[in-house]
Amino acid sequence: MSRAKAPAANRLPSGRWSDRDTVILRLLLLGAILFPVFATLVTGGSGGALINTAADAGVYVLLAIGLNVVVGFAGLLDLGYAAFFAIGAYTYGMLASSQLFGSPLHHEIHLPFWLLLFVGMFVAAGFGAILGAPTLRLRGDYLAIVTLGFGEIVPSIFRYLGQGSVLGNWTGGVNGIAGIDPPSLPFGISGPWSGEALRILPRFDFVDPIAYYVLMVILVIVGVVAATNLHRSRLGRAWMAVREDEVAAAATGVNTVAIKLLAFSIGASFSGLAGTFYGAKLSLVSSENFAFVVSVTILIMVVLGGMGNIPGVILGALMIYYVLFNLLTNLPDLTANAASTIGLGFLNASHGDWPGLHDEVQRMNFLIFGLILVLVMLFRPQGLLPSRVREQELAKGVSEQAVFDLREES
Amino acid sequence: MLLVLVVLLAPRAAADPSFFTQIVVYGLANGAIYALIALGYTMVYGIVELINFAHGDVFTLGGFFALPLIAAFGLREDVSSGPGVYVILLVVALLVMLLTGTLNVVIERVAYRPLRNAPRLAPLITAVGMSFILEGLMYMWQGANNVHFPDLLPSNRIPLGGSASIGAKDLIVIALAVVLVMVLTTFVNNSKLGKAMRATAQDRDAAQLMGVNINRTIAATFFIGAVLAGAGGMIFGLYFNTVRFDLGFQSGLFAFTAAVFGGIGNIQGAALGGLFIGMVKAFSDAYFTSQLTDVWIFSILILVLVFRPTGLLGMRVPEK
Repeated sequence: MSRAKAPAANRLPSGRWSDRDTVILRLLLLGAILFPVFATLVTGGSGGALINTAADAGVYVLLAIGLNVVVGFAGLLDLGYAAFFAIGAYTYGMLASSQLFGSPLHHEIHLPFWLLLFVGMFVAAGFGAILGAPTLRLRGDYLAIVTLGFGEIVPSIFRYLGQGSVLGNWTGGVNGIAGIDPPSLPFGISGPWSGEALRILPRFDFVDPIAYYVLMVILVIVGVVAATNLHRSRLGRAWMAVREDEVAAAATGVNTVAIKLLAFSIGASFSGLAGTFYGAKLSLVSSENFAFVVSVTILIMVVLGGMGNIPGVILGALMIYYVLFNLLTNLPDLTANAASTIGLGFLNASHGDWPGLHDEVQRMNFLIFGLILVLVMLFRPQGLLPSRVREQELAKGVSEQAVFDLREES
Repeated sequence: MLLVLVVLLAPRAAADPSFFTQIVVYGLANGAIYALIALGYTMVYGIVELINFAHGDVFTLGGFFALPLIAAFGLREDVSSGPGVYVILLVVALLVMLLTGTLNVVIERVAYRPLRNAPRLAPLITAVGMSFILEGLMYMWQGANNVHFPDLLPSNRIPLGGSASIGAKDLIVIALAVVLVMVLTTFVNNSKLGKAMRATAQDRDAAQLMGVNINRTIAATFFIGAVLAGAGGMIFGLYFNTVRFDLGFQSGLFAFTAAVFGGIGNIQGAALGGLFIGMVKAFSDAYFTSQLTDVWIFSILILVLVFRPTGLLGMRVPEK
């Protein structure tokens, strides 16, 4: 059943051009570098909105890479991943805004973004450990429901700890925290690209979306390198061993509880990092942004992309992000325009029960997204770009059960 | 956590016992509905180990299917009365149960059966997808707002001492849930199909070798689960007089929690869990703040699982 385990370590992306995953990663990197140029050219000089969207998509890429560590590498189903995202964002929001002035502390705290990036990571990782320590003994879906519960508890507590709570106003309650400091650098360079002379500036504030974009790309690269190295490390092999067969792993000397706890904490730290960036970029955090749907969306990105395979997960995240936040929001306009172009313009008018094509398509958003999920999963149950080990297993039938079968655990 | 809750509650309950009784009644009725949904979760999970996220939406559909049927049979709020109403409601309920049951069998056939041997998380994602599809369809059908559900049950209340009283509605809801759970337990324990279900849940391959038709058994499980959810949806409508397209999301989450709480795969456990969640919700809403209700529910769940990793009534299953 786990005969494929040994070759698994040897078949990791080896940095050769002939390796599919390496090629895809390099193409993605190239695309990330060229994207701002492309966006500026396509929109005729005003690519800000596109670049802004891309930076937001990067948050989800980072989240998907992090969740992949938990679900894909270690095989632990986490249905409350957005909780750590919320913890990262709120940590930054509280420690880099005037929010805490109204709290029992009566002091504003304005720590620099670069420090809080690490603080957010560690706080999230700490909460991952706190949640994981008592619950990681649970098997399979019991763990899933505990994480789901945690994912519901955290935003609720943040929502509650506002004006009028027993403990005082820490998080702004339903309104969330607004006016969060943007990141800034102690120096910057202005040049012809911003329409000024080339000189060194004493202070550089993140205002332009391109600055966030560059930061996001750097964070994602760091994330990918970290996750790839973890995958190849002793720890990564232990994760796979636990995922394949926990009993066998324990019998061969793997400390399964410690290993799972590490997977949980490390996964959470990615989420905390993404949360810090998210809070800084949006300059606003609100508990609504971390609902169960967010956890499910990230899980969909991981599974649809190809669990356990980093390039697959990145592609999955970008695709789902595009579908959810771009395609589905623009679809009503697109169909309405298409209808009038091909002479079906009468469909656009509303009469009686028919609200007009535009509104009807808008109403179908949920339905379309659901259909996409079901169809993709039916045709590619292994995900769009699964890891090559698993692909070979499915093709050659090395194992009768799939590699990432969590059923092993229960 | 549970102890904290009791300590916090005790003085306030003593101060106003009739309010306390009222909350218990409300919690029981609410919990009965959760129990009906939880049964479907627990049965489906027990047999195919799938968290069927679409189940909560099948529950909502029960309410939505009942709406046009009630209208078609000519029942109208404030106009229709007499014993005839209950006969018609029963017929409507049976039709609704048949519809949701059939629908769930179709869902299983289309979205879950092809993935039975696929990686475990694939059917989980299609379940989420089916949930979106069902919610999308209901949204297109009835819109995003609350839909009024005709108030057809009697509004008589029986006094319980002090200012507390139990409504005929509460009694009907609780009685229906109890009857359905008892019927289901007897069915699973004694009938041939029930035995096939238990065998399939325990070891699918061995059950197949013993001549159990796996596909039919699993389909029957989905059917029964949806029948209960559909009934639950209609009861919800009759009790609260309002339904909404995304109702199943929160209720489904709580019901699944109830199933895990009681020990997933265990029918009595799910019923007990449902009642418990209903109670916690009623007490938290009434005595504390509804903002923290899910914090209470999920904290208690986590604590229970820490000390009883297989739920209250769950048994430790040998590892496969």
